[in-house]
Amino acid sequence: MLSGLMPPELWRLIVIVLQIVAIVLPLLVAVAYLTYAERKVIGAIQLRKGPNVVGPFGLLQPLADGAKLFLKETIFPSGANKAVFVIAPMLTFILALIAWAVIPFDQGWVVADINVGVLYLFAISSLGVYGIIMSGWASNSKYAFLGGMRSAAQMVSYEVSMGLVIISVLITVGSLNLSDIVLKQKETVWFILPHFPMFIIFVVSILAETNRAPFDLAESESELVAGYNVEYSAMTFALFFLGEYANMILMSAMTTVLFLGGWLPPMDIAPFNWIPGIIWFALKICAVLFIFLWVRATFPRYRYDQLMRLGWKIFLPFSLFWVVLTSGVLVAFGWLPGQG
Amino acid sequence: MAFLDRTARAFLLTELVQGLALTFRYMFKPAVTTNYPYEKIPMSPRFRGEHALRRYANGEERCISCKLCEAICPAQAITIEGEVRPDGSRRARRYDLDMTKCIYCGLCQEACPVDAIVEGPNFEFATETRAELMYNKQKLLANGDRWEAELAMRIAADAPYR
Repeated sequence: MLSGLMPPELWRLIVIVLQIVAIVLPLLVAVAYLTYAERKVIGAIQLRKGPNVVGPFGLLQPLADGAKLFLKETIFPSGANKAVFVIAPMLTFILALIAWAVIPFDQGWVVADINVGVLYLFAISSLGVYGIIMSGWASNSKYAFLGGMRSAAQMVSYEVSMGLVIISVLITVGSLNLSDIVLKQKETVWFILPHFPMFIIFVVSILAETNRAPFDLAESESELVAGYNVEYSAMTFALFFLGEYANMILMSAMTTVLFLGGWLPPMDIAPFNWIPGIIWFALKICAVLFIFLWVRATFPRYRYDQLMRLGWKIFLPFSLFWVVLTSGVLVAFGWLPGQG
Repeated sequence: MAFLDRTARAFLLTELVQGLALTFRYMFKPAVTTNYPYEKIPMSPRFRGEHALRRYANGEERCISCKLCEAICPAQAITIEGEVRPDGSRRARRYDLDMTKCIYCGLCQEACPVDAIVEGPNFEFATETRAELMYNKQKLLANGDRWEAELAMRIAADAPYR
């Protein structure tokens, strides 16, 4: 009916824009309430109450924070390179959003069902370094610059071991498509069971990849004031903040798809499979996000050389060993996908 | 053997898991927060807050301008000028207290022979300007009138220990 009135290209465009809106809006709300959840969880662990004044249980606190950031003045440092200074937070934010195009929320619920989904995700998360290093450079401030440098080195280092972890999963599945990865877990088991050590390494690596505690050296308050975003204010700062939290959710979604069976219910029996897949997907993301907050409330910050040692001298050899082990087991038992 | 032990502990993340378990348990403990403007914690009768000059029950000022408080004040926050009234009694003409200098040590109320200058229970006397914190005799006496009931109670509660 409606589609008959318009040229098909236009119709397709409208559908895609609607799909994007349907992902971005809930994502932004999720980001806002992730900050709320973070303050509540860390508050509870530290025997505090967390925000409880704005609205019932402080539920309007994220909106108040957002309004404040939106209404404040954006300050440009006189020594800053203005163009790069403004582009950096936008880049961080956009990169955190576009990666969602390949995430399957349920069977077939994916904007771009491309066959190299994992590669795409990996490329986007690698580009995330640019937003941070650009902001560090353009701010023309020593703290921002040191924070940017640290962040760049740290993200590059941990991407190596993350890549190897993903390879172990990929050779088990035989596909780079994220939906295929989930469907393979439906046939067999969630990959958290056979690849448990890799799950741990992956979770630790995504903490480092998103610059979260205990690897938040890029913004370590005690040494670098605020790290790469020290010169930012108002909406430019808010974009960094949104980007960081959207990245956390994205990485949790990635963990869910790779290890926790995506939208699958824990058991394919009556009470569980009545609940729609997207609810399971959201619940699993929340569980992984809780790990982010829990770890932040528990561990002190790593020293920089310890961080590098962990990445290069422990995670890299261990995940490489696991790739070899996985391939060996798959070949030896004839489980290699595409052979059967 | 020690090496094996250490390596096993490191790889099994025993210490990290212990730490996580501890924080997880703490998450379910009740919060210790006091909702400050709405809830307040109990206060000792010896609490040293905002100063007040007291009066006798007949309305006469207690302060006899002996200047012991001025002498003992380690921050030199107190300035007193005395006078002799026509009836022969000695009273303070000026009693100025610089609240920005005061360190709330309580030595003035210890020194006072007539329990005139006391530190009361009030700690919520923030002002918008610095000038408002330069208290004079009028302000201190007004504080005394405002808090007298509580001040008398505090002195009575603390009396057995003196």
